[in-house]
Amino acid sequence: MSDYIGLVIIAIGVMFDLFGCIGMVRLPDVYNRLQAGTKCVTLGVCLILIGTIIAADNTPTRLKALLCIGFILMTSPTGAHALARAARMSGIELWKESVVDQFERD
Amino acid sequence: MPETPYIAFAGILLFCCALCLYRIGRGPTGPDRMVGIDILGTVVVGFCALLALVTGKDYLMNVALVWALVSFIGTLALARQLGGRHE
Repeated sequence: MSDYIGLVIIAIGVMFDLFGCIGMVRLPDVYNRLQAGTKCVTLGVCLILIGTIIAADNTPTRLKALLCIGFILMTSPTGAHALARAARMSGIELWKESVVDQFERD
Repeated sequence: MPETPYIAFAGILLFCCALCLYRIGRGPTGPDRMVGIDILGTVVVGFCALLALVTGKDYLMNVALVWALVSFIGTLALARQLGGRHE
């Protein structure tokens, strides 16, 4: 039974990954791409790891998957923030229909 | 354990990796390529977890853990190298 619950959760996670990557290819500028890619792919990979915890049959895999969720949830937003800040500081312009730019005010 | 869906999941994740490689190769500016590298690292972590689940070998989760941390350090180093240009 837990095999099938894990299978459903992993399927949802893989779908999030796919839509995040499609958004990363389709969206217009680097900030939109970063937003779509980072949020969707982080949630998708966390769901895959949760499904691994549910469906795995040995304890070391479960514990390492739990640790991996912690690492992903800590490192992915930090990396995305550093990337967006570096892109803005190196002079990449926003998309022409973007409505707010709060970096200039600081 | 049903194995056929996992083959489909692996195919979809490989397609995600192909999209990331498209963005790395095609991206008009440097930060676009860095976004592709960052997201490729995260997708590969999920792929390693899927592989560990299907094969039942727990050392593949070690690969996922190390990949997550090394990808993070690589992203930070690239971001520092790019953003420090105008400081």
